[in-house]
Parts: sequence; structure tokens; C-alpha cells
Amino acid sequence: MALLQTVDLKRYFGETRAVDNVNLSIEEGEFVSLVGPNGAGKTSLINVISARLTPESGKIIIKGEDITRLSVTQRVRAGIARSFQLVNVFDDLTTFDNVALAIFSREGKTAHLGTLAHLDHAVANEADAVLKQFGLAAKRGDNARDLSQGERKLLDVALAYALKPKLLFLDEPTSGVSTRDKGQIMDTIASVVRGEGITAVIVEHDMDVVFKYSDRIVVMAQGAILAQGTPDEIRKNEQVAMVLLGSSGPDAFTRKD
Amino acid sequence: MDTLVIQTLNSIFYAAVLFLIAAGLSLIYGVMRIVNLAHGTFYALGAYVSAWAVGTAFGLGASGSGNLVLAGQLLLLPLGAIAVAAVGAVIEPTLLRPLYRRPEEYVLLITFGMLMILEDAMKFLFGGTPLSAGSIMDSMGSIRIGSLLYPSYNLVVIGVGIMAAIGLWWFIYRTRFGIILRATSQDRRMASALGLNVGRVYVQAFAIGCFMAGLGGAVVVPAQAAVLGMGVDALILAFVVIVIGGLGSLEGALVGALIVGFVRTAGIQFFAEIELAVLYLIAAAVLLVRPTGLFGKA
Amino acid sequence: MPAARTGPSVPVVLAVAVPVIVAFAVLPRVVDLYQTELLIYGLTFAIAALGFNLLLGYTGLLSFGHSAYFGMGAYTVAFIVRDLHVQSMELCILAGVLSTFVIAALFGYVCVRHTRIFFGILTLALSQVLWSLAFKFFWVTGGTDGIRVARTGITLLGGLIDFKGSGSYQKFVYAYYYYVLALFAISAALMWVIVHSPFGKALQAIRDNEIRAGFVGIRVRRYRWIAFVISGCFTGLAGVLWVPLNGLTTPDILYWPFSGEIVFMTVLGGFRTFTGPIVGAIAFNYLKVYAVASSQYWQMVLGCVLVVLVMVLPTGIVGTLARLGGKLRRG
Ligand SMILES: Nc1ncnc2c1ncn2[C@@H]1O[C@H](COP(=O)(O)OP(=O)(O)O)[C@@H](O)[C@H]1O
Ligand SMILES: [Mg+2]
Repeated sequence: MALLQTVDLKRYFGETRAVDNVNLSIEEGEFVSLVGPNGAGKTSLINVISARLTPESGKIIIKGEDITRLSVTQRVRAGIARSFQLVNVFDDLTTFDNVALAIFSREGKTAHLGTLAHLDHAVANEADAVLKQFGLAAKRGDNARDLSQGERKLLDVALAYALKPKLLFLDEPTSGVSTRDKGQIMDTIASVVRGEGITAVIVEHDMDVVFKYSDRIVVMAQGAILAQGTPDEIRKNEQVAMVLLGSSGPDAFTRKD
Repeated sequence: MDTLVIQTLNSIFYAAVLFLIAAGLSLIYGVMRIVNLAHGTFYALGAYVSAWAVGTAFGLGASGSGNLVLAGQLLLLPLGAIAVAAVGAVIEPTLLRPLYRRPEEYVLLITFGMLMILEDAMKFLFGGTPLSAGSIMDSMGSIRIGSLLYPSYNLVVIGVGIMAAIGLWWFIYRTRFGIILRATSQDRRMASALGLNVGRVYVQAFAIGCFMAGLGGAVVVPAQAAVLGMGVDALILAFVVIVIGGLGSLEGALVGALIVGFVRTAGIQFFAEIELAVLYLIAAAVLLVRPTGLFGKA
Repeated sequence: MPAARTGPSVPVVLAVAVPVIVAFAVLPRVVDLYQTELLIYGLTFAIAALGFNLLLGYTGLLSFGHSAYFGMGAYTVAFIVRDLHVQSMELCILAGVLSTFVIAALFGYVCVRHTRIFFGILTLALSQVLWSLAFKFFWVTGGTDGIRVARTGITLLGGLIDFKGSGSYQKFVYAYYYYVLALFAISAALMWVIVHSPFGKALQAIRDNEIRAGFVGIRVRRYRWIAFVISGCFTGLAGVLWVPLNGLTTPDILYWPFSGEIVFMTVLGGFRTFTGPIVGAIAFNYLKVYAVASSQYWQMVLGCVLVVLVMVLPTGIVGTLARLGGKLRRG
């Protein structure tokens, strides 16, 4: 049984078909890249699956269970976590507290109001471990607002990761970051996600990166799934090349932006 | 039957005054996203200034000395509104403008500070005793409705309310300045990118809003003396009006004022003890079901 | 290896808090009766402001209706003392906090459906429902005259201390001072634990970014509601303690400008710090008392202070001192 299955998922904005009849299936342990030109509906699809948006129609199924009507927090509990294309962290909390909060939440401890958060050593140790994995250990005491853009993107991912989700969606984790830092961020994410066999769906524009890390690539255009397959299959698909890069010909995939 | 007519007129009279106050409050919120806690106090200031102007110019015992005196008194009434508009035009650039970049809590707090200052300024300027322009009301006499008498002046207030509603509507929807005002209220940054002088629009909008509050005070003072604390009371009712009608909506202020006017009259008649409570509960219920009010847009 | 420091050290906090409480305990021996009385007022308002700031400073919700909870606590005491002849202050506290809990749960349930200015207006409208009832049902509430609560009818510590007979006023002030000080210390400690608990962190996360808070699994509305109720209960306790001291409760403490004063206190001290509301409440009380004593235009004095505060010192007394301290240390 697939971990995630969407059935005829639809979400329109007026005339715009942001998500148009999407039937997406994700297997456990897969690392899937979601690609497509800007405006293809990648973010909208993630929004609908994570309950940021409600679908017009269709179903979202996790391990056979229909979660279409569940709220954001209920879906988090069902195992869906996500990061955001535009950084979305807790600016006035420290880097450490950001991650610790996610762990507290996962453990159902945020309802505790009679214990001191910083005396929970199990959570503190885990938070520090996560920060280390994401290369943020040196910044643990800084407020999130004082981090660099690249560090903020990583923290955004770390928040989602710390929830230990069944299914992790990462929406353009390297957008808005200098090309130099891009590679490092992707390596960090890939090593964490691959290292632990987390099922992940990542939106990424850099096709080198996509081909390098993905088990499977899903191509979206105008709200619909245009093609999907292994990196090799997608590399050979000319229709995909046309859509992704206009019509720049056979060497389309080697272009850098 | 006659009482019904009188009660209806009372409701509309009350609604007219409330509309003047609430429309100003709503205009300021609509354009500047400021909830002005001093707005009721502006209304009180208008009442004081008008009563003072009428009283100073004509003395207190001037009632019944002919139509000329009455005309003069009526002409002096709007002075309150003009004075309040002037105060607003000074306050916006000095006290409010430096705070627009800060969280909205600060703007709210500063209007609370303005309220405290203005309340005492009125006490200082006009003393603690009520100030009335009742001579106007007396010299205008009453009209007969069936077997009952109704003060003619109240009809003037109703007339002013109707004219203000029409005038404001024309101003906002039919003039160039109105277009600028609406553009600014929709998107401040866009407006300034288009070359509109947002600073000037803000000071004008604030002054007009203040003018409306002052006008409310000016027209009410021949019927009800100006007293300390009247503004603090009025503010909450104006809130109820714009919450029901929709923050920032002119039509909403009108409908809200009518609803509050009628509910209040009915309340005084049938459920005096909970009349105010009912109004606040209506406001809370509307906010709950339709946060943007009956006419507000998101 | 022990985890590196991530929060305030409890011994250090105690090392600061205990001497402060001890200093407060010694104060009545140094200052006169009247000053002692003023301090009691200051401490009660401090409890109210601490409660209020759980919403403003930690959850990011500006309530303009906290007069409701202060007043609910106060009127509950007045009712049970008058009608049920309750004498024990502990029973008053229990009843007052309980009734505030109910009303805060009810109002809060409605109010947390909104944020920002809508939240402010809702809290204000609902608080004014209570005010208008207290104002209009004069045969129950005494209307604008309010209800008297004689301190001679009150006993502390389950009847151990009463205030009948001669010299009782002095006795009352001193005994009550320590009573309120103890409750203040307990309240402050409780609140300190709450804001440093995982729940407190969750509130701060909601304040910073409510959308993301939902996406890490925090039930935003539910948590706001809980914070609202806790906040109301603290303010209600303050109202309870205020009544015997004031000897009278009137609708003024339910009227919306009193909510404004609670906001004022908190911002005066600084709402982004834990101690800000405490310092602000005590300072505000002095400010108001001296302004009232020295001028009939005390409101204008307070208004000017507020305007200057917002324009020049938006971080309040504690925030400003902390910044100055930081500058000095850095040289
Ligand atoms: N909140 C919204 N309101 C209106 N249109 C939207 C909204 N969000 C997305 N869209 C539209 O939906 C389409 C898909 O957008 P999006 O999901 O952000 O694409 P992608 O993430 O692939 O770049 C775009 O045409 C976009 O303009
Ligand atoms: Mg996108």
C-alpha cells in the first residue's frame, strides 16, 4: 500500500487550475523530486496535502486512511510535515528553541505548563543533535531572525524534520540562497534524509541536484502531473525538457540558473 | 400610534448622531487601519466647543430674542466640528505618523493617551459643569405629532445626519479625492508607488474623520448638554455600530447606526436593564459570525 | 556531557528573586502606613498585569477587556461577603478565581476566534456587557455606588487573623501586606514556570508565527484559549485581593478605561520582559496616586506619560534599563 495517495485532487483559484486532477502516489522510503516551471502548482499541491489549502474535490489518503478533512495539526499527527518556500520559522525564539519546540510538540509535551522546558534533557539532547546534523549547532543561542538566509532555510527544514514525520515535504529548500550555499544545503538535507530513509518529497529547480538524489521524479505543469519516472526516464523525456526549459533543445538539463 | 411615530423619530435622531461619530471612526479605520480610542472624546470636544461658542457669543439668557439670534446660534454650531478637525490635522502628523512602522498596539495606546489628555484638557478649558446650547432647542419650539409635541430641533439633527450620509457618499464615490482615498485604503504601498502623497491623504482622512465626530457633538449639544465622560460612553456605542456594520464601511456605519438606534429605543422601552448589554452582545455575535460586519470586506 | 545552557538557571533566578521578596518583606518596617498601603495596591496590580502579559507579551494578543476579569473577581467577593456572609479571605479567593475562570473560559472561547484588532474589540465589547450589567442592575450591584466590603468583616488564614476592635486598621494594613506579598510571590513563581514551560514556549511560537505553529502540530486556538483563561484567572485574583483593601467595588473597575490602565501598566514596565509588568504596575500605581494628589488634571499627566512612553521608550522601564545595562557592560 502506498504511503500517500491523492485521488483526483483539485484546487482552483478562479480560472487558474493550481492543482488539477492530481493522482500522486508516494511509496514508503522514496525520495521524490517534484519539478515543474514556476506556477506549475507544486506549492499548491503541497499546500493542499498539508491542509494549508482545502481542496475543491478529491481525496488524500495516508496508508489507506482518508485524511482529507483533517485539520493542519491533525495531519501533522498523522505524519505529514513540511517546510516552506518562503522561510517560516519562529523569529523571536532561539534556533535551539525552534527545534526544541517541534520536539516538544511531537512528544505531546507542549501541553505541559508545570515543568521547565530547558530542564528536559532528553529533548535538549535531541534538539542539539538535530542542530548538529543541520550544521546549526554554533547558532543555537541566536534568535532565528539573526540567522543568514541559508541558515534560516535549513532551520525551516530542521523544524519539519524534528517532527519525525512519515512523509516530509520540502518546498524549494534552497531558493533565495546563493549558488555557493545551495550545494551545501542540499548535501546536508540529502545526507539527513537519505541517511535515515525518510520518505521525502522535495521541490527543487536545479536539475543536476534532482537527478543526483531522486529515486523518482514527478513533473508538474499547469496543475497536472505531466510525467513521472526514474531520473533516467525523465532525462530522456523530450516533452519534459520542453516544458521545464522552454524549448532550449537537447542540452536543456545541463543549463544552470 | 403617535407614540410609535415619536419613538421612531427618536431612534432616527439617535441613529443620526451615532452615524456621524461612527462614520468618522470607520473612515479613519478604513483608510489608515487605526482604531482611534480618542474618537469619542473628539465628539465630546465638538460638543463643548459648540456649546461654548454659542454661549459666549449670545450669553446664556438669549433664548427667545428673535430669529436673528437663532440664526446666529445655528451658524456658530459647526465651529465645534471645525475645531476638532483642526485638532486632528495637528495630531496625525505629530503623534500618529511616527508610529506607523511599529506594531498596531502602539498606535492604539497612543490614542488612549490622547483620550486621557483631551479629557482633562476639556475639563481645564470648559470646567466641570455641563455646558449646554439648549437655547437653540428652546427657541425652535416644537411641532405637533397627533396629540404629542416633538422638538423641532431634533428634526434638524436628523436632517444633518441624512445630509452628512449623502455628502460623505458623494465625496467618497464621486470625487477625485474620494478615489485617492479609496485607493490608499486598499493598498497603501501601491498608492504611494503610483505617486500619491500618502502622508497628505492620511492627514486629510484623519481630519475628516475628526470633523465628523466633532459634527456629531456639535449637533447634539442643543439637545443634550456637554458633560465630562460623554465621549468615553459614546466611543463604545460607535464601536458597536461599526462592528455591526463592518469596520471601514460607510454603508455599514449607516445601517449599524440605525440598528443601534432602534434597538436602543426599544431597549429603553422594554428591557431597560439589559439594553446596553444587548447591544454589546449583538456586536460580539456579529464579530463572531461575520468578522467583517454586515457590509465589510475582508 | 550535560547539555549546554538553554534557559535561565533556576538557582540564579532564585538568587535574584529571594532577596527582592525579602526586601519587600522588610519595607513596611522602613516606610509608613500609607506607603505600605500603596505597596499593597501596587502588588495587586502587579498580579493583574502579570496575568495580562501572558496574553500580550507571550501570546501576542492585546486584550482591551481585562477589566472584566478584575471586576469579576472583585464583585464575586463583594457578593459572597454581603449575601453569604463569608468572612474567610481564602474562601473569597477560591470563589473569585472560580467565577473568573468560568467567565474567562466563556469570553475566551469566543475571543480567540480572532486575533489582532478584532480580538481587541471583541474582548472590549464583552467586558462592557459585564460593566453595563453592574451599572444597570443597581438593586443587585449597588449601581454606581457599588458594594462596600468592610475589612472588619474579613479574616485571613482561615479565621486566624481578624480585624475587629481598636487599632484594627493598622493591623489590617500590615497583616494584609504580607498576605498579598505571599500571594504575589506565589503568582509570580507560577507565572514564571508557565512562561518557561513547554506550553509557554508554544505560546511564544504562536505569537511569532501562528501559521508555522500549526504546522509543528500546536493547536493554536486551543492554546490561545488556555492562555486566555490563565490570564483571566490571575487578573481575577488581583481583583479579589483589591476589594478588602479598597473597601468598595464600583462599576469603574469594569469600565473599559480600566482595561486601558492595565495595558498602560504593562507597557510602562515593558511587555517583552517577565518583570516588566510587575515593575510597571507598581510604578503606575505611584504615578497615578501622586498625579491624583498633586493635580486635578491627573489624567492629563498620565496621558502625557503614556504618549512619551510610546514615542520614546517603547520597550518600557525594564526594557530600557536592560538596554542601558547591556551598553554599560559592553563599554
Ligand atoms: N493564494 C492564491 N491566490 C490566487 N492564485 C494563486 C494562489 N496561490 C497560487 N496561485 C496560483 O496558482 C498557480 C500555482 O502556483 P504555485 O502552486 O505557487 O506554483 P509553483 O509552486 O509550482 O511555482 C499559479 O498560477 C499561481 O498564480
Ligand atoms: Mg512554489
